[in-house]
Amino acid sequence: MPKLIKGVGCPYCGSSCDDIEVLVSDDETKILEVHNACIIGTNLFHHANDPTRPKLPRRRQPDGTMKEIPYDEAIDYMAKTMLAAKKPLIYGFGSTNCEGMSAVARIAEKSGAVLDNCATICHGPSFLAIFDNGYPSCTLGEAKNRADVVVFWGCNPMHAHPRHTSRYSIFPRGYFTQKGAMQRTVLSIDPRETDTAKLADVHLMLDQGHDYELFDAFRTVLRGHDIPDVVAGIPKETIIKSVEIMKNAKFCMIFFGMGCTHTDGRNHNIDAAISLTRDLNEHTKASIMAMRGHYNIAGPGQVWAWQFGFPYCIDLSKGTHAHMNPGETSSVDLAMRDEVDCFVNVGADAGAHFPIQPVQHLKKHPFITVDPNFNMASEISDLHIPVRIAGVDEPGVVYRMDNVPIQFRAVIKGLPGVPSDEELFNKVYERMCELTKTEPIWLAAKEDRRYPESEAVI
Amino acid sequence: MPKINLNMITQRSIEEGAAMEKGKTNPDYFVACSICEMNPEDMKKAGIWKNTNIRVTSECGTVIVKAIEPTQYCPPGLAHIRQGVWANQVVPPRTQSTGTPQYSGFPVTIEPAPSERLKTALELVQGAVGLWKGGQ
Repeated sequence: MPKLIKGVGCPYCGSSCDDIEVLVSDDETKILEVHNACIIGTNLFHHANDPTRPKLPRRRQPDGTMKEIPYDEAIDYMAKTMLAAKKPLIYGFGSTNCEGMSAVARIAEKSGAVLDNCATICHGPSFLAIFDNGYPSCTLGEAKNRADVVVFWGCNPMHAHPRHTSRYSIFPRGYFTQKGAMQRTVLSIDPRETDTAKLADVHLMLDQGHDYELFDAFRTVLRGHDIPDVVAGIPKETIIKSVEIMKNAKFCMIFFGMGCTHTDGRNHNIDAAISLTRDLNEHTKASIMAMRGHYNIAGPGQVWAWQFGFPYCIDLSKGTHAHMNPGETSSVDLAMRDEVDCFVNVGADAGAHFPIQPVQHLKKHPFITVDPNFNMASEISDLHIPVRIAGVDEPGVVYRMDNVPIQFRAVIKGLPGVPSDEELFNKVYERMCELTKTEPIWLAAKEDRRYPESEAVI
Repeated sequence: MPKINLNMITQRSIEEGAAMEKGKTNPDYFVACSICEMNPEDMKKAGIWKNTNIRVTSECGTVIVKAIEPTQYCPPGLAHIRQGVWANQVVPPRTQSTGTPQYSGFPVTIEPAPSERLKTALELVQGAVGLWKGGQ
């Protein structure tokens, strides 16, 4: 009898939907049906059935081909390569659980690595603005229950977070928003008429790259001053009308995305957005939230900030303390300056999603990929180590885009012999300790995770 | 040969996401990402027929993609390649000291290249690092 598992979390986008239902085969090895998820989530779960999923690590041979090797050999190679490197770079973590992120920190410390995550090419500028200006944010539940004006600035949830609008932002009926979409006014600020902009009551089609000016114009109007007739391609009347909508809201929710962080201005755009939110709070209640891309990309921000004090771009090569300075210790900049001599890509695809020049620079040195599937990074790697898929065959804690932790469950049994990220990193750490003749340091709180079979724990 | 200078953005689309989760070597990913959306007016100016191949050149690279009419309206002057392997052949790695490359808002030159061949994702990435063993 196939089993229907309810309340499954979807390991794709930052919405981290936790209402997915998955029908699995009797022996819990195949996913048969996926209910409630968007097309991306559905494809993700079904992709786990792929019979060609790698089951053994693959090492590149001198002739350029890949050859399967046992896990012990791969762990030994990874430990030795990282120890030999002066400054390895560990990047990724868009698609792993917090347990894996925590475990990788030990090997990063041991090898004096730079620890970075996908935020570095995504919401990194948002972090910088948040450090400078604070983060007057809330949870998605509050957005759903309270927000009657929703602003999408430089983001397109209909494509990047397909169920965001139906679960949290536009359509759901909440405690104070019982009429759902009827009660909400939606503003979209985007240089294209995206599918989200089509849903909006007001679409401000600004000139691309002029977000800062427009934010500034919004603030100027809000503070009762005059602005030029046209700002960033938007007529003055439209700006005034939009500010009035936001000002007269009961609760104004601003979501911002890559349209602000990938373009000119970077963190300064977000800085202005946060200041706008603060200004709005003089008139009404307003809140702001970054549209984080992956289901657990808020995770490394939480886990590593707790461990090292910084959310991303963490340089541990000094050996005594962590140091963070994006632009200097960020993956793309390090790669472009040839400052790293080993690259470890975990649960992300630097091969496809970095501009190609940094990839070429990184490829001059040992290149290791830890990922459940074949991807562009794995296909140029010197070593590809497959792991279990968090949220599909490996449970774990993930942080949703509003920094709410959710326990994701495994729906099928993992491939035999394939470790989770956490198990793999722990083994690499143990091997590093053996090689350096040091004692591994495990946190007491983690003892039960590390030795689940130990009698003391049972 | 006519050319046109446009402002390029590379962002997500659901087609790209859905195809990516099937695998980046899946034909769906090739179809979803090896395209450039541009306004029909701009196509006309550069002598580009829709659904034919074009060469996109930025300050740091060049890539062959297929020009299509926008699936989501794109104003004249703006072009969009979906995030992915093809887009990243032309994305400048400059980061304004924030770590984030210029994925959106960089100048490109676009010209018709109807007889050029689209490369696969693997050919582009492996080719860039000298590992491509396939044919030309």
